[in-house]
Amino acid sequence: MKIVFEKRQEVSRTIRVLVPVFSLLFALVFGAILLLMSGVNPGTAYAAMAEGAFGDPQSLAETLVKAIPLMLTGLGVSIAFRMLFWNIGAEGQLAMGGLAATGVALYATDYLPGWSILPAAVLLGMLAGALWAAIPALLRAYLQVNETITTLMMNYVAILLVSHVYHGPWRDPDGYGFPGTARFPEVAWLPRIYGRAHAGVFFAIIAAAILWFVLQRTKWGFELRITGENPKAARYIGIDIPKLIVVAMMVSGGLCGLAGVCEVAGVMRRLQQGLTVGYGYTAIIVAWMSQLNPWGVLIIAFLLAGLLVGGDQIQMAMGLPAAMGLVLQGALLFPMLGGSLFAEYKLRVVRPGRQQAVFPEESLAKESES
Amino acid sequence: MTHKRSEDPILRMVGITKRFPGVLANDCVDLDLWQGEVLALLGENGAGKSTLMNVLNGLYRQDEGTVFVSGRPAGIQSPRDAYDLGIGMVHQNFMLVETMTVAENVVLGLQGLAFQPDLRDVRGRLVTLGERYGLKVDPDAYIWQLSVGEQQRVEILKLLYRDVDVLILDEPTAVLTPQEVDDLVEVLRRVVDEGKAAIFITHKLREVMMFSDRVTVLRGGQNVATRSTAETSPQELARLMVGREVLFQLERTACEQGEPVLKIDDLRALNDKGLPALKGVSMVVRSGEILGVAGVAGNGQKELAEVITGLRSAVHGEVYVNETCLTNASPLRAIRAGVSHVPEDRVEMGLVGDMSVAENLALKAYRTNELSRGPVLMPDRVRRFAEGLIAGFDIATPGPETRVKFLSGGNLQKAILARELTACQGLLVAVHPTRGLDVGATESVRDLLLGQREQGTAILLISEDLDELLEVSDRIAVMFEGEIVGIVLAEEAEIDTIGLMMAGEHVQEEGA
Amino acid sequence: MNLSLFTSILAITLRAGTSLLYATIGEIYTERSGILNLGVEGMMMVGAVSAFAVAYHTGSLVLAILTALLAGSLLASLHAFLSVSLRANQVVSGLTLTLFGTGLASFLGQRLGPGGARLVGLVGPSLERVRIPLLSDLPLLGPSLFYQDLLTYGLYLLVPAASWFLYKSRPGLYMRAVGENPQTADAMGIRVGANRYVYTILGGALAGLGGAHLSLAYTKGWTENITGGRGWIAVALVIFAMWDPLRAVIGAALFGGINAVQFRMQAAGTTIPAALLNMLPYLATIVVLVIITWWETLQKRIGAPAALGVPYAREEKG
Repeated sequence: MKIVFEKRQEVSRTIRVLVPVFSLLFALVFGAILLLMSGVNPGTAYAAMAEGAFGDPQSLAETLVKAIPLMLTGLGVSIAFRMLFWNIGAEGQLAMGGLAATGVALYATDYLPGWSILPAAVLLGMLAGALWAAIPALLRAYLQVNETITTLMMNYVAILLVSHVYHGPWRDPDGYGFPGTARFPEVAWLPRIYGRAHAGVFFAIIAAAILWFVLQRTKWGFELRITGENPKAARYIGIDIPKLIVVAMMVSGGLCGLAGVCEVAGVMRRLQQGLTVGYGYTAIIVAWMSQLNPWGVLIIAFLLAGLLVGGDQIQMAMGLPAAMGLVLQGALLFPMLGGSLFAEYKLRVVRPGRQQAVFPEESLAKESES
Repeated sequence: MTHKRSEDPILRMVGITKRFPGVLANDCVDLDLWQGEVLALLGENGAGKSTLMNVLNGLYRQDEGTVFVSGRPAGIQSPRDAYDLGIGMVHQNFMLVETMTVAENVVLGLQGLAFQPDLRDVRGRLVTLGERYGLKVDPDAYIWQLSVGEQQRVEILKLLYRDVDVLILDEPTAVLTPQEVDDLVEVLRRVVDEGKAAIFITHKLREVMMFSDRVTVLRGGQNVATRSTAETSPQELARLMVGREVLFQLERTACEQGEPVLKIDDLRALNDKGLPALKGVSMVVRSGEILGVAGVAGNGQKELAEVITGLRSAVHGEVYVNETCLTNASPLRAIRAGVSHVPEDRVEMGLVGDMSVAENLALKAYRTNELSRGPVLMPDRVRRFAEGLIAGFDIATPGPETRVKFLSGGNLQKAILARELTACQGLLVAVHPTRGLDVGATESVRDLLLGQREQGTAILLISEDLDELLEVSDRIAVMFEGEIVGIVLAEEAEIDTIGLMMAGEHVQEEGA
Repeated sequence: MNLSLFTSILAITLRAGTSLLYATIGEIYTERSGILNLGVEGMMMVGAVSAFAVAYHTGSLVLAILTALLAGSLLASLHAFLSVSLRANQVVSGLTLTLFGTGLASFLGQRLGPGGARLVGLVGPSLERVRIPLLSDLPLLGPSLFYQDLLTYGLYLLVPAASWFLYKSRPGLYMRAVGENPQTADAMGIRVGANRYVYTILGGALAGLGGAHLSLAYTKGWTENITGGRGWIAVALVIFAMWDPLRAVIGAALFGGINAVQFRMQAAGTTIPAALLNMLPYLATIVVLVIITWWETLQKRIGAPAALGVPYAREEKG
């Protein structure tokens, strides 16, 4: 008895939606097992998580706080992934964005009028993220250097740099011994909407809309999609792939840098520990789960943020380890990865014997030759 | 062509049926093979020849029917089983590991191979086999160092090393010069005279007449006839293969040839391995002319097409299209200068499989004002453009939104042609445009090429099909080892001369 | 430089490079069979935490090492299942494994202490260095080469064995075929899927072992981020080594050396900010990667075959 995968002719929309749903269920089951192992009733735990994430306006605001950086980095990572550029450097790009914004907030007040400080911080933050991403992009585009590793290494460098800066040169002299910069002047604050939730959410929504439009309706977006689907064909059509990679990556880095700006100017209002907590890595999960669709990114980011916030709640309330949320995140993506297979292939049980063709192209050609 | 004929066939396939989703590839096919004979398996693309042989080889399993080897029913579940039964196959795409040596490739998967294999015995045996059958090859050479013809020898040696009794060859001559083809015939003769048997798959009538003792014709998944080669003719075989009378001549009108469109002067370029691929190529193609480029694959044709279309850089020499210098230009500049390219790799280069037919048809035109306004694409215009092309070029597709990978080979090529011909402004470079297409699609493509020629386009046609070149071209240039060894008028060309040129034997004094 | 400084640096280099080399050799095997495993970091993490936890509770270093092997294998088998049987995207699968493995290790680190407490800060049995008599008296290299712990000594055997197996054995031949041209290997009767499973899991086991060296010998104990990106550096080193176990030694020594230099400089009280010193390994990885990639591209132009092709592209078995 053998189970064989057969490529589907058409990938229906139903399947595309069902797969993430089933993955979610699977992950919840896995999480339940972990919870049981920790001596906690999964039902109570999940209920508490949902309550803690979405139960009241205060919780919703906190969820939004975590969702915004995930949305922005998720969007950034999704652009890169569309081109099969594995940008693992979102974390570092976010950090550099925060760093640049901090610099403007703390030191540009002497040189710039008050109203321009925040826009300058935003622009410079995005630029910093873009440039930080441009380095591995250039290396990959023109020297074919593996981007997975370079972007990751840049993360470590950025994180160390940021840490060095707020422990050392930019440390707040009145900080009572806690490492971190001074509080930003009010002109550099990103306005808040409710609780700690801030205007960054508008950035995220606008970014998603722009991204969607660019991908689906512009020539550049068309070229991006082609390059991701078939780089050989892209070259044959005359697309300048290296340039495309660099530009797209700068957009990607810019969005991640924007996330960093939001964190320092909207949430923390200073640069301290807590900027680089893994949003950049979670963004990978967000991007993949949403199948690189900009609107999907927003939704998934929000849900995942709920998971994180809810996880924090039950951790405190039920004494669960802090890493619980992290583990669940990972557990979510595995069924997603496995599940995406089912969107492309279907199962068939066959009699013993080798049914699987070694030359699938031939069978595909035969399928369509009537 | 004598052969021993024993009582029973060494191989008997009875009632073989094989289905794939949506298609019946083999429909109750019978096939017999006797020791000491060479059997040709003839049919168009899609007739089921490869499928049938893959059943024999263990890569597919039949849905119905039985295979008898030496009179006994055989269950062949894998290529290993096939080897155990004495059956081996040389595929069209060689099954060789490039970075390993000949000897290492031969012993892969060998029964009873030691934990620490000692390749000295292997080398010795390979040399012996090589001498016996005329398949000389250096056992310690790396596959990537060998020519295609030599690689094929390795594939055959793999089978002989395992003492197979039945050799199956899938389109073996596609990559050989006429002289190498003669060598292959000799090898098969020797093999078969020892009492083994060979089947070779082909769609070329000339080979059937040249190589085989008997021929079985497949059409639409069925065995329609088996003949003794001596008692049949190409015409009869063609009719059996296609099911109707085949016209061997196309309508070709005399055409005014105008100004030179493509001018190449002393072009030199390297291949992917850094070795010289073009060693000083010069040629001129005028508007309204088709210049065919003949030659066995691997003599620089691919690189020539790539340099002209901007996909490869030249180390020396010049390329001019319509007076624009395109030496070492990017693909984009070549396109803007009026160059269209129908590539060899249809699916890998010419199309984006997961995108719709409409999007694929727009791959050249999306930059123009016809389909976009400023940076924004206009989906309605794209759709209308696509619908126009689908109708005009008779592309069979459920709709413009269908993903292009679901189209059949012939329609894929029509789509590419539709796009490239529409966008063409002077020069068309077509590389192996009818490879793998059935007769109907092939005729369409050739018609389209001739039609484009009448509109004044200059066409550079690279093809390994000599018949095609003779039919369609005005002049034929022959490439051998990166140089043009001769240019002849198609009307006056003789196959033998061209064949010699393709093998580097005969170099013309000066080109036409 | 005087002898004792040289000896000291060499000794630290070997120690620092041990965990890296285990992970690198494991990943070489995995990639040679055609599978890209970016989850090495996660596997090292779980190896580290499980080894320390077991050592702490049972006092047995042998059990600890075995546990690390097991932990790495389990995680890798997940990747193998996703990559081989389900043909998922290997890059994303590996990345997820790193996230998951890191998170899981962190989770376990909070839980596997005595009575469910944290493991951080605890002191447990460690793998000490052992001086080999006679050999350690050899001039120049003796004192550093032969005064190491068991796992480092293990490498002295593993590296030549790994090299021999890869190039001279039948299974090694088959594995290389699987990684170079799976269609061919399949047609010749070699079981592609089985091979890939085996070597992916092996790679994970070795990565786990590398992690164990960190928590049992090098850093001693468990801390968050104990690997500090070594798993990623290992992936880069595979490229640096051009998928050859012997060349991997050079790479591991290079990075071990950077670690050693960092130590010495900080111990000697340098004015260079700690952050910059800490950045060295990561910056070095980028530089090394650029140089190697550029050199390999050059090689092609001169006609020499690139070492063994790039396994990454061969994800599909067809």
